[in-house]
Amino acid sequence: MSTLANLKPGQSGIIQAIHSEQALYYRLAAMGFRIGKKIEVVRSARFAGPLHVRVGSTDIMLRRNEAQHIELAA
Amino acid sequence: MKRIALLGMPNTGKSTFFNRITGASARVGNWPGVTIDLMGAKVIMGGEMVEVVDLPGIYDLHGFSDDEQVVRHFLENNAIDLALIILNSCQLDRQLSLALQLKQLNLPCLLLLNMADEAKRFGVTVDADKMSQQLDLPVMMMSAKYGEGYKPAFDAITHALRNAQPVMPQQMHDKLAADDAIEQQMEQVLKSAVQIPPRLSDDLTTKLDRVMLHPWLGLPIFFGVMYLLFQAIFLLGKPLQDGINWALLAFKDGALVPLLASAPAWVSGLLIDGIYNGVGTVAAFVPIIVLFFLFMAIVEDTGYLSRAAFLMDALMARMGLDGRSFVMLLLGFGCNVPALMGTRVMRSRALRLLTMLVIPLSLCSARLQVFLFISAAIFSPKAAPLVLFSLYLMSFATALLTALIFKRRLVSHEPFVLEMPPYRFPTLRQMVLRGWHEVRHFLNRASKFIVAGVVLVWLLTHFPAGVAPGSSATWAGQIGAWMAPILDPVGINNQLAIALIFGFVAKEIVIGSLAVIYGMEGAALSQHMAGSLDWVQAYSFMLFTLIYTPCLSTIATLKSESKSLRYVAMALAWSLGLAWVVSFVFYQTARALGY
Repeated sequence: MSTLANLKPGQSGIIQAIHSEQALYYRLAAMGFRIGKKIEVVRSARFAGPLHVRVGSTDIMLRRNEAQHIELAA
Repeated sequence: MKRIALLGMPNTGKSTFFNRITGASARVGNWPGVTIDLMGAKVIMGGEMVEVVDLPGIYDLHGFSDDEQVVRHFLENNAIDLALIILNSCQLDRQLSLALQLKQLNLPCLLLLNMADEAKRFGVTVDADKMSQQLDLPVMMMSAKYGEGYKPAFDAITHALRNAQPVMPQQMHDKLAADDAIEQQMEQVLKSAVQIPPRLSDDLTTKLDRVMLHPWLGLPIFFGVMYLLFQAIFLLGKPLQDGINWALLAFKDGALVPLLASAPAWVSGLLIDGIYNGVGTVAAFVPIIVLFFLFMAIVEDTGYLSRAAFLMDALMARMGLDGRSFVMLLLGFGCNVPALMGTRVMRSRALRLLTMLVIPLSLCSARLQVFLFISAAIFSPKAAPLVLFSLYLMSFATALLTALIFKRRLVSHEPFVLEMPPYRFPTLRQMVLRGWHEVRHFLNRASKFIVAGVVLVWLLTHFPAGVAPGSSATWAGQIGAWMAPILDPVGINNQLAIALIFGFVAKEIVIGSLAVIYGMEGAALSQHMAGSLDWVQAYSFMLFTLIYTPCLSTIATLKSESKSLRYVAMALAWSLGLAWVVSFVFYQTARALGY
């Protein structure tokens, strides 16, 4: 399964599914993470730090742990 | 009285709008989650008194974090005549869902599309009339920050309020079920009324981020920026501080002393040596503190704090914390109290408790006054800044140590997802408001704690009647002697012990009470202290003051936020113990090395 955590900075993908507990699901949805939307990894922080991603008009940081829950279209 | 509630997602400018409409100065910053408590103010609109309430920003009404609970609780328990929904014009593609959720509650709503200035910069165009038709709601565009479009918005609110019927939303939860419908309606409205370019053209933010978030240079740049800010604060603040000191002394010698010459000795003693010297010594630090908060406000407003969270998250994760904890720690350098309240955005209780445990170790601006005063008195002008810097390092080190020790007991799996707002520049108005807010805050504290504190210290050092002031026979001397077995091994003498006791109430009282204990102020006090303390004692005292306990307001906030007396007792016991051990190790090692 290809997830957001597999993307390298500069790469992008289409969100296919969000596998997370309900609270996080709602939060991500409110921030613009929706199925079918394009998501781009802008950069990642050193020492296995968070990812800086862009969905629509919003820039968001999230940890690789959370990025693994976001499945992308193959 | 009619009531208006401001609702919207975090960082959409609700507080900026609130300040504009009420003339108040609620704390604003370019950081999601700045409003942590309900702020209400009364305004006259269309000849009527209206209450405006600023609610914390929420992502949606299904949320589980404390701030989302606050909003739900408010909506479920208060009649509202009008809900002002404030959305960021540039992020309508995702924020419109909240407006639709709120509309479903049958609340009378008015939609304010804020940040019209930024929308223009990004090339986002909105057809407000079309959106209004589709939503069947009044829709207004404005910029709360620059005031553009404010007047028409104000008129629209007045108009909407006149026709509004208050609503008691009791079964809100049921009504919120139909999320799918919302999704569909949103798509429809967006498609016909909003045009968003495929890629936002904010070159400035992209370019700045390329430097500020550089993989290797990001962190050094961050610490460099912080260092330069501190340099600038002291460079600008020192002459102002000297000026105030000079003016206070001139007023005392020129007016106060002659005026009170005929008064009984104890009256002039209490007024001049007690209150005037004590409060004056503290007041001289006001310019530095105001500058400090002004610079903090600028950093907060620009959006750089979110970048700091990004850069530091990897390190903080190893301490069981996250990037937000680091930002709260930074905000704690201003004042611990709002930093503690800021942890409400965290949903995991363990993460909140761990973050709240380390925040009181932040070297807050009140402690900064103590260290500025003592390091200037005891150390050479060259060494003093280094001493101060070392105390900031100690503050970080103790916070990290605390997190490392307690992270096994407070384990959290809280996801870390945070918005990165574009860089913004604060307006002069915002900066002036913030500075004034801090002055008022200080005067408030001064009138409550500092005067009472210095009067108490004066009484303790001058009674019982007939003993020599400040001698070991006074009550203060007796208390000091009683505490000597604990404080002698860390090099803290009887006089300093009294200052420490009052530092528990507020750290500002520490230097105020030193002025009273020694019966001098300003330069004379510095000279006297330089003569009676060596640097090892002074540094040990500063270490102890840094760690031993936060002020009373911070402790009260710890209690109200954690709702656990056991937790507060544990936090206090830990910091007191840590302070003693750190000071003991430092003092005894320095002495053993022959200093």
